Amino acid sequence: MTQVGRAWKYGDDVNTDYIIPGKYLELVDPEEMAQHAMEGIDPGFPEKITKGDIVVGGRNFGCGSSREHAPLALKYAGVGAVVAESYARIFYRNAINVGLPALECPGITAAVSDGDFLEIDVIGGVIINKSTGARLSFTPLPSFMVEVLNEGGLAPYLRKNMEDW
Amino acid sequence: MGKTIAEKILARASGRVEASAGEIVKARVDVAMMPDLTTILAVNAMKEMGVERVWDPEKVVAILDHVAPASTPMAAKIHRDIRIWAREQNLKNLYDVESGVCHQVLPEKGHVKPGTVVIGADSHTCTHGAFGAFATGVGSTDMGAILATGKTWLRVPETIRVQVEGKLQDLVLPKDVILRVAGEVGADGATYNAIEFHGETISEMSVSGRMTLCNMAIEMGGKAGIIEPDDKTYAFLDERTDGIYEPVFADGDAEYKRVLDMDVDDLEPQVACPHKVDNVKPVSQVAGTSINQAFIGSCTNGRLEDLETAAAVLRGRRIHPDVRLLIVPASQRVYLDALDAGIVRDLVEAGAMFSNPSCGACFGGHIGLLAPGEVGITTSNRNFKGRQGSPESKVYLSSPAVAAVSALTGVITDPREAS
Repeated sequence: MTQVGRAWKYGDDVNTDYIIPGKYLELVDPEEMAQHAMEGIDPGFPEKITKGDIVVGGRNFGCGSSREHAPLALKYAGVGAVVAESYARIFYRNAINVGLPALECPGITAAVSDGDFLEIDVIGGVIINKSTGARLSFTPLPSFMVEVLNEGGLAPYLRKNMEDW
Repeated sequence: MGKTIAEKILARASGRVEASAGEIVKARVDVAMMPDLTTILAVNAMKEMGVERVWDPEKVVAILDHVAPASTPMAAKIHRDIRIWAREQNLKNLYDVESGVCHQVLPEKGHVKPGTVVIGADSHTCTHGAFGAFATGVGSTDMGAILATGKTWLRVPETIRVQVEGKLQDLVLPKDVILRVAGEVGADGATYNAIEFHGETISEMSVSGRMTLCNMAIEMGGKAGIIEPDDKTYAFLDERTDGIYEPVFADGDAEYKRVLDMDVDDLEPQVACPHKVDNVKPVSQVAGTSINQAFIGSCTNGRLEDLETAAAVLRGRRIHPDVRLLIVPASQRVYLDALDAGIVRDLVEAGAMFSNPSCGACFGGHIGLLAPGEVGITTSNRNFKGRQGSPESKVYLSSPAVAAVSALTGVITDPREAS
């Protein structure tokens, strides 16, 4: 599982209100949520990104509300992965559950500038910054989460594996 | 080695003799709660899992609270679809748009008991730890899996013990305590952790105040806030539940990740400044800041005692002409009690407006939004940029006493000086 894309870099404490403001929580179609991805902090984000691009966050990415609209909006806007120094717990679970790779990589903030091109080996736990040549490693996801991602999220995963749950 | 409350509850819920921080357990869920705006995604997730019926219609509670009553056709459709689904599923507990904020309604209606596992599709589900439950928020897909199976996997959290001693001064309130804790611990200082609150100050505190503390555990990244039940808890529960529950207490030698000692004798009212919940300052440092709106309500501070505090400050007086004061009781029960106590009249005569119980004003939903450049002071729990309206507005978090007195003077004010 390899992700290649441009880095869109944000700071610490990117909360889920920033990722999708409260006024859009009435949406139930992920494609519509995607039109408002990052609107609270970076209006116009969905128009300027290319499919597979990577959101780079600082500490405590996804804090605040439990809204699953947040990782859904990012995923359906075309974001290939989120890489951050650390995550808020609920966002992290939600991201994996909807099939959006959320990777925790201490040092990512210092190693990546906005606009750099990254290549991520999700299984191997390696990020190569193609723009600078820098190479970072991170603790790979547990195998259960990789299986969930491979199925496209927890719902399709459970459809196949309900008896083991 | 002794165990924390979270370790004990999660051991029991997963059928184990014991569980320790760091372990992953599959826990049986006693109550699965869903508010309106996250329910449809959870229902869709359950269907996508290939499951048609919820595991136990008596344990699923749906509460239409965030956009109540519906302010758009889309919200109305969500409410309609939830009502139809709840009927199809034979849910025993659907609280409709008149009822109030989920975290107030859930314990008021007797759904929360000590020693149980309460999972909600809303981040402030941690509120219910005030009754000695392990209560935490999840997203909609996790909720879908719970609807399908009645179980969820949880990492047993390390626990931070917050030991609070001393007597709060008049007009210094539980909100000031939890804001101080948030300032100390930081917005991610309790990520993946439970927070147990102990001490003399907590024992003296009302059930309502304890809910305010546990409510804000999530603002530090916390998975749960927990308080051991006592006679006050049992008195609250006896009126509302069948009284059958098994309380859980921390062992004397439980292992804590961190112990935070606080003495609150001299605690000053606290304010969280824009745009982060942990940007907390004593009120004296921001006193004099002009405000356009004050909001008293939410799952953090919309209970009777909060409205009583506001009424005590404002009775027989008139708010500042340039300030809007919005009051939203947290539930229909709170609203009725405030009516019976004459509080609603006192506050309306002071210039306040009342809105029906809902979450709308807290999360930038459908009421009480701020214009660019405006400043709001609120008793709710988040002051993120744009949370309550324009991204160019500013939000300060405070206690009901600070919010009420600031509405009176038009500037952020220490209630101890104005009364």
